[in-house]
Amino acid sequence: MAEIQIKNVAKTFGAYQALHDINLTIQDQEFMVLLGASGCGKTTLLRIVAGLETATTGEVWIGGRRIDHLPPKDRGIAMVFQNYAVFPHLTVFENIGFGLRMQKLPNDEVKRRVERTAELMHIEQLLKRYSGELSGGQRQRVAVARALAMEPDVILMDEPLSNLDALLRMEMRAELKGVLAESNTTAIYVTHDQVEAMSMADRISVMHQGKIVQAASPIEVYRNPAAEFVAGFIGNPPMNFLPATPSGNGKWTVGGQDMNGPVSSETLKFAIRPEDLRPSETGLKATAKVVEPLGAHLLVTCDVEGALFRAVLDSDMTVKPGDVLTLAPQTDRVRWFNPETTLAVA
Amino acid sequence: MTSVTTDVAAPDARKAGKFVYVTAVVLLCAWVLVPIYFLLINTLSSPDTVNSFPKPFWPEFDLGSLTFFAGFAGMLTALKNSILVAGMTMIMSIVIGAPAGYALSRFDFRGKELFRLLILLTRAFPLPLLALPLAVMFIQTGLDDTVFGLALVHTTLAIPFAVLITFSLFSGIPIELEEAAWTLGCTRLTAFTKVVLPLILPGITASAIFAFVISWNEVFAAAVLTIENRTLTAFLLQNLDTSPLHLKFAGGFILVVPALIFIFAVRKYLFAMWGIANR
Amino acid sequence: MNARVLPYVLILPVTLFLCLFFLYPFLLVSKQAFSTGSGFTLDNFREVTSYWKFPTTLRNTFLLAAAVVPVQLALALLMATMVNKMQKGRDLILYVWTIPLGISDLAAGIIWLAIFEQSGFLNSMMNGLGIVDKPVNLLTFQNPGLVFLAIALAEIWRATAIMLVILVAGIGLIPKEYYEAAEVFGASPWKRFTRITLPLLRPSLQTALVLRVILAFEIFAVVAALGGTLFPVLMGETYAYQFDLLNSGAAAAMALIILAISIGFTLIILRLLRVPKGATI
Repeated sequence: MAEIQIKNVAKTFGAYQALHDINLTIQDQEFMVLLGASGCGKTTLLRIVAGLETATTGEVWIGGRRIDHLPPKDRGIAMVFQNYAVFPHLTVFENIGFGLRMQKLPNDEVKRRVERTAELMHIEQLLKRYSGELSGGQRQRVAVARALAMEPDVILMDEPLSNLDALLRMEMRAELKGVLAESNTTAIYVTHDQVEAMSMADRISVMHQGKIVQAASPIEVYRNPAAEFVAGFIGNPPMNFLPATPSGNGKWTVGGQDMNGPVSSETLKFAIRPEDLRPSETGLKATAKVVEPLGAHLLVTCDVEGALFRAVLDSDMTVKPGDVLTLAPQTDRVRWFNPETTLAVA
Repeated sequence: MTSVTTDVAAPDARKAGKFVYVTAVVLLCAWVLVPIYFLLINTLSSPDTVNSFPKPFWPEFDLGSLTFFAGFAGMLTALKNSILVAGMTMIMSIVIGAPAGYALSRFDFRGKELFRLLILLTRAFPLPLLALPLAVMFIQTGLDDTVFGLALVHTTLAIPFAVLITFSLFSGIPIELEEAAWTLGCTRLTAFTKVVLPLILPGITASAIFAFVISWNEVFAAAVLTIENRTLTAFLLQNLDTSPLHLKFAGGFILVVPALIFIFAVRKYLFAMWGIANR
Repeated sequence: MNARVLPYVLILPVTLFLCLFFLYPFLLVSKQAFSTGSGFTLDNFREVTSYWKFPTTLRNTFLLAAAVVPVQLALALLMATMVNKMQKGRDLILYVWTIPLGISDLAAGIIWLAIFEQSGFLNSMMNGLGIVDKPVNLLTFQNPGLVFLAIALAEIWRATAIMLVILVAGIGLIPKEYYEAAEVFGASPWKRFTRITLPLLRPSLQTALVLRVILAFEIFAVVAALGGTLFPVLMGETYAYQFDLLNSGAAAAMALIILAISIGFTLIILRLLRVPKGATI
């Protein structure tokens, strides 16, 4: 059992507050992704769990044991680094076996485990090579194998795929997900790539300015973003926002159209994903500005009463700049946000 | 790429430019090498030839001058002292300097800038002058006229270089390598010995050699601080007025040889060392 | 060990060492310079500056620095730019050009003595070319110009390498894109040198000049080997006060004068070549 509990963790660097009172519980064997733009604190949080950084306040527990005062080696974790950190003076074999040697395991046990993990990562033919003779993708595999060979309770990954090219990244994404699912470890995975997060995670913690804005399953984060930031960060293109004025009793005026919405007397923001819009008889009047045929669909950037508004439409449609489209939002996908708190309104 | 247009426009001018360039390179190489060659001729000639006129431009491969040098009273002791002082300087400057270089490259700590300033100040300071007060201090502590005392002064000379060079070496090792070692079961110390040390060992050797040569070449402090236990430089300096030419040249040659080897041994590091040590 | 304490533990040896062998002797030498046994006095300074040789000594040292450093700077810049565009043989050429880096000033003096002494190679060459029929004694008080030239040549020969290394390293740090961009905008090689290399090289030029100028005021053994007492310089006089005249107070005063000159010039160079904040590569 390796449940990770992060309790009231905060971190300041001088006057700069990198993390504000983080609370997060990661279930045993869960794949948790920390997602956010650079500088949001996700790597700092990961490094605090690893023991490479000390939290200013707060506690970290792994498997019911408080570990925030322990050095990294005593935390039962393994880590994969963004630039792989494959030791250049050791062969691939010795790299993978490095942690096992530190545990003073007998030679044949080291050999057995190195070969097994190497096979798992498909690098068994590279065992005699040095880091300088490997490609980026191969180094990546060595780094993962080195972590897995430790058979850790928890594996921590800091943007492990960000230095690979697009195609390789997609391939490694699927492979890594499979390998980790089999290894029964709890994983924390830091990335700024929402596609990676969506495709790999059991749960995503979206971070912004040193806080966790939402921690939920990928589909939940996508469908029901808890805050404007999440709505704007997840999804490509991001969610559309339009100002909404209440006309009383759950009726709203959005983009000159009447809509049903929550009962509130304050001004709210209306939000809809570009892919949840359909051309229709009635709906929002949108003037097409830029039309981008993307093959699978058509991305149209429009103007709705002066606001930027995007729609993802069927690629068969013919739209020219200047055309006025009537777009009906799929009613069950409409979300409302409070512009004061930026939080979602039920 | 860049040459295409010029090639078409003015092939002659380009050829002439190339010729000037190559000639300049050759001349500059000769400028460095020819004086050393002259010294070599003098060293490998008999004392009589060295004092004769005109000079041959070809060495006669006579070991007379070198034999005379080896037989000159006190010369071999001076050579031994030079090696001892330089050896001690090398070890002390690395042992004392490298930890500071590591601290500068890996930690942000209060007073770091002040410390850097102290180091840079030391480098930009006519240090041999400090041999004067140290002479008094050494007499009080019994370090006067000892190989160790002089090595202490030479270590002061070499330390800023040792700190700055090791700083740049350590900075060249990504901290992730150490962190990876920590997560794989290493303590700070074992991560250092198993990962960092093997990677920087060649560089450390280079900076140790650098320290050796700083000490080996130093004249002023050596001349001030030693009387009986002269180093080679101090001995040669002291006897400049009185010693015959062939002795000077043989001594000069012995001084130069380690330099040739040194620059060759550390040539790969020379620029990396200065590139970052600069900032 | 605690990461907060560790750095201090690591810098402790150097700090202690430098306090003991750098700051403390510095205080000692200052004290010695300003006292003759009873209280604060400027007598030592008065003594050394009023000595008849002092103006000559000072002038010689300055003249030498003024003659040597600019030539070295120009030469080092030339060599560095030449090496920079070299493709094959770069390592070998650099090795040859940096050899003098490891040669002591004493050895350099002796090397150039082999050329300039009475039976030396310069005389032999002139003899071979029929310019002179018997060896001329070149390094005498009748030829102060030649003595100066010999010393300057030996210094240029020996100490250009240290500047070269610093400048080559500095040029290596300048991204190639800047040159390509300048070329696209039509800058000639000379313009690229003056508009890109020189300004971006400023931190390296600073280091190189500070180091060289300080060493130029410390010149000692080259002069001792080539000129002996014919060409007195500050450092040589300091040595003479200490050993020949056994006047350590005066030697200390001389040392402080050299220090003051060095620090003064360091500040001037740092000021002239200061890099605006944020304008670094």
